[in-house]
Amino acid sequence: MIIEGFIALYIFMLAAFTGYEIISKVPVILHTPLMSGSNFVHGIVLVGTMVALGHAQTPLEQAIGFVAVILAAGNAVGGYVVTERMLEMFKTSKKDDKKGDNA
Amino acid sequence: MSLIINLAYFAAAVLFIVGLKQMSSPTTARPGIIWAGVGMVIATLVTFVHPEISGGVNYTLIILGIAIGGALAWWSGKKVAMTDMPQMIALYNGMGGGAAAGIGAIYLLQATPETVTNTGLAIAVTGSLIGSVAFSGSLVAYAKLEGLMKKTFTFGGQQIVNIAIFAITVLLGFMMATGGGEIGSFSLLLFFVLALAFGVLMTLPIGGADMPVVISLYNALTGLAVGLKGIVLDNPALMIAGIVVGAAGTLLTQLMAKAMNRPIKNILFSQFGGSSGGAEEEIEGTMKEIQANDAGIMMAYAEKVIIVPGYGMAVAQAQHKIWEFTQLLQKRGVDVKFAIHPVAGRMPGHMNVLLAEAGVPYDIIFDLDEINEEFKTADVAMVIGANDVVNPVARTNPESPIYGMPILNADQAHNVICVKRGRGAGFSGIENHLFYADNNQMLYGDGQKVAAELVASVKALG
Repeated sequence: MIIEGFIALYIFMLAAFTGYEIISKVPVILHTPLMSGSNFVHGIVLVGTMVALGHAQTPLEQAIGFVAVILAAGNAVGGYVVTERMLEMFKTSKKDDKKGDNA
Repeated sequence: MSLIINLAYFAAAVLFIVGLKQMSSPTTARPGIIWAGVGMVIATLVTFVHPEISGGVNYTLIILGIAIGGALAWWSGKKVAMTDMPQMIALYNGMGGGAAAGIGAIYLLQATPETVTNTGLAIAVTGSLIGSVAFSGSLVAYAKLEGLMKKTFTFGGQQIVNIAIFAITVLLGFMMATGGGEIGSFSLLLFFVLALAFGVLMTLPIGGADMPVVISLYNALTGLAVGLKGIVLDNPALMIAGIVVGAAGTLLTQLMAKAMNRPIKNILFSQFGGSSGGAEEEIEGTMKEIQANDAGIMMAYAEKVIIVPGYGMAVAQAQHKIWEFTQLLQKRGVDVKFAIHPVAGRMPGHMNVLLAEAGVPYDIIFDLDEINEEFKTADVAMVIGANDVVNPVARTNPESPIYGMPILNADQAHNVICVKRGRGAGFSGIENHLFYADNNQMLYGDGQKVAAELVASVKALG
């Protein structure tokens, strides 16, 4: 490990506070998209699975790594697509007044 | 690790945090997810030149894996109906948890006394445990919401079995973490099997109504697992993104549980509906029926109408017609507002998404705290496809299972119209006293049909 002991702990702590802080004032209307959005963000696990598969040596490790990459790619891509679809629909009546009822 | 990779990971971490921050406000939410997406693409692309990736076969497998997983998720994500969004999120989340567990499995398989420390092992084991639980638990949540698994599965002493399995898993994990890298393949296999089984057993007894909170919890757990894998793999992008999501998800879970008035520990460790207290109150009054035409005219001549939509409306796909009806009323000068209960739809915020899909602007949609005082001044409150969230027994009867749940005070409007398919009780099986109130009238019929009739009745007025 390059990020040694306490440095890791500091990053951990600061990241936890950041996560808590950025969504502390989120309105209920965004709970579902935000859950989906944060679901997308942990799709970054894809990067980890790529590295893990990258240094896999035995067929067993490669098999596990391959499945993990598929799962992680699904997490990232799926999370993005559904979040984007939901957020795309949020409109206000103030700007484009009565532009039509549905897309 | 080279400078360019580190810079890319740093940029990704910043973009994720900025993106999540923007996603917490409706006006900036859309750019937020796009920024986060840019971060993901940067981090993924740069990983292809990561020095730890070696071997042509592995490269091929990586590209193939991304192509397969990405294509399937893209296709399913584009196709899924908005009403089915919660289970889809559960599915994608479970995949992330499984991926984190997979990283852990490879790390533990490769561990030798020379390459690992006990701290590293402990973190890898913890992350694998959490990831596995999130994986199998999310899949059960998906199956339940998708309707693949209808019954809640309970047996005597379930809690004890769960605790025992968890204890054995933790013990195994502890032995692996302190073994100094000498990990037997049997104990490793057993560890993962038990962790997966625990996720299944923990989720099985939880009812569908509580599932959103559970999905949110597993989302936070996956984030945490990813963060721990980031420490193991020395990857700051994973660490920061994972932990940020872990913390944000934990808070979101609490907010949702609070909105639903269901403490998290009750959801996880007790079964809903098991204690159907026989002390049902006598209901006074009778149900009165109204025809769609009369209801439409009543609202057309009202000054202020509040619509309370529920999941039933979305199931009937009535939201487009309801919005058309709303626009007709607005043209006549009626002040129309939507009141959304936190648990309307399948999870907090779900109904907002469904209304947004129909084109309803979010600034005429209000949540419980914003609108509850306004029911008193409303001429008509129309409840469509909702039931328990307007049941006044939540305020009055301490015996009721939903007592104490915050409800929309639709009963305080001058007139209440409840649109309902049939005469049965609601999702929770509790009689709704609002249906028997003096100022209430029932409008029976399929949501979409009723909405079309309402539109026709207002149009007929010219």
